[in-house]
Amino acid sequence: MSELTVGDELFTRTFTVDRALLVRYAGASGDFNPIHYNERVAREVGLDGVIAHGMATMGLAAAAVTEWAGDPGAVLDYGVRFTRPIVVPDPGEVELEVTGKVGALDPEAGTVRVDLTARAAGVTVLAKAQALVRTR
Amino acid sequence: MTDSAARPTSVNTTLVGRSFSPTETYPVSAVKIAEMAAATGSAHPAHTDRDAARALGYDDVVAPPTFAVVVAQRAEQAYIADPESGIDFSRVVHAEERFTHHRPIVAGDLLRTTVHVDAVTERAGIAMVSTRAEIVDDDGAPVATVRSTLAVRGEGR
Repeated sequence: MSELTVGDELFTRTFTVDRALLVRYAGASGDFNPIHYNERVAREVGLDGVIAHGMATMGLAAAAVTEWAGDPGAVLDYGVRFTRPIVVPDPGEVELEVTGKVGALDPEAGTVRVDLTARAAGVTVLAKAQALVRTR
Repeated sequence: MTDSAARPTSVNTTLVGRSFSPTETYPVSAVKIAEMAAATGSAHPAHTDRDAARALGYDDVVAPPTFAVVVAQRAEQAYIADPESGIDFSRVVHAEERFTHHRPIVAGDLLRTTVHVDAVTERAGIAMVSTRAEIVDDDGAPVATVRSTLAVRGEGR
């Protein structure tokens, strides 16, 4: 960690989000809100179409963090705000790009705060996305 | 849509401070950890291979960082699905989420969750509902705190 500096870019990872991923996430998580798989219901409640679970987006961004950290249990704290829903077309797919930078360093605690940006189809979908990662 | 056109939501603002005690224990399985890892794009072997997890110091396969939402959302249903909450699930979108891990979750954990309704505020036809799920193990030791804010849109939004 001693070689890290605040502002350093740590990683960029791109994920493909499609309807199959949303169904997989629904099944894995138990979140069966129909706005995440049913176009009719999504439009009836005023959305522009089926949207990704915010938690699927947050989970994908976390995977980028743990891949960099090398230890899935190293994330001590992780919070996000969901700014815009990701509308997932059918047919089609959306690219989600996640970038992590060093937001803060605490050498005594042995932690790095990773500040994340997440963009889908050019739109920022997460704000204040920060993960506190143990590095030893 | 202007604010003046927004009507109040049906969300009950009087439940702030209410707690929903755990009714069932959630047993963490290796299978569910593997499903959540696959659904969130994490191929780390410590999610699926016990030896890889043990090499990192865990007793069994370790959960991805957002796994606790599975446990928390089941417990939150005691509040959200209660007709008294006034929350129409189809009009809910997620606004904020935060996980504080007191220790990593591993397969074999037996988890119990207490849900607290921390805040309900309403403005311009959107109710913001903040809950806090405190997850403990079978010894009662803290495992994770999951803070969640849902935005519930009223009919006018």
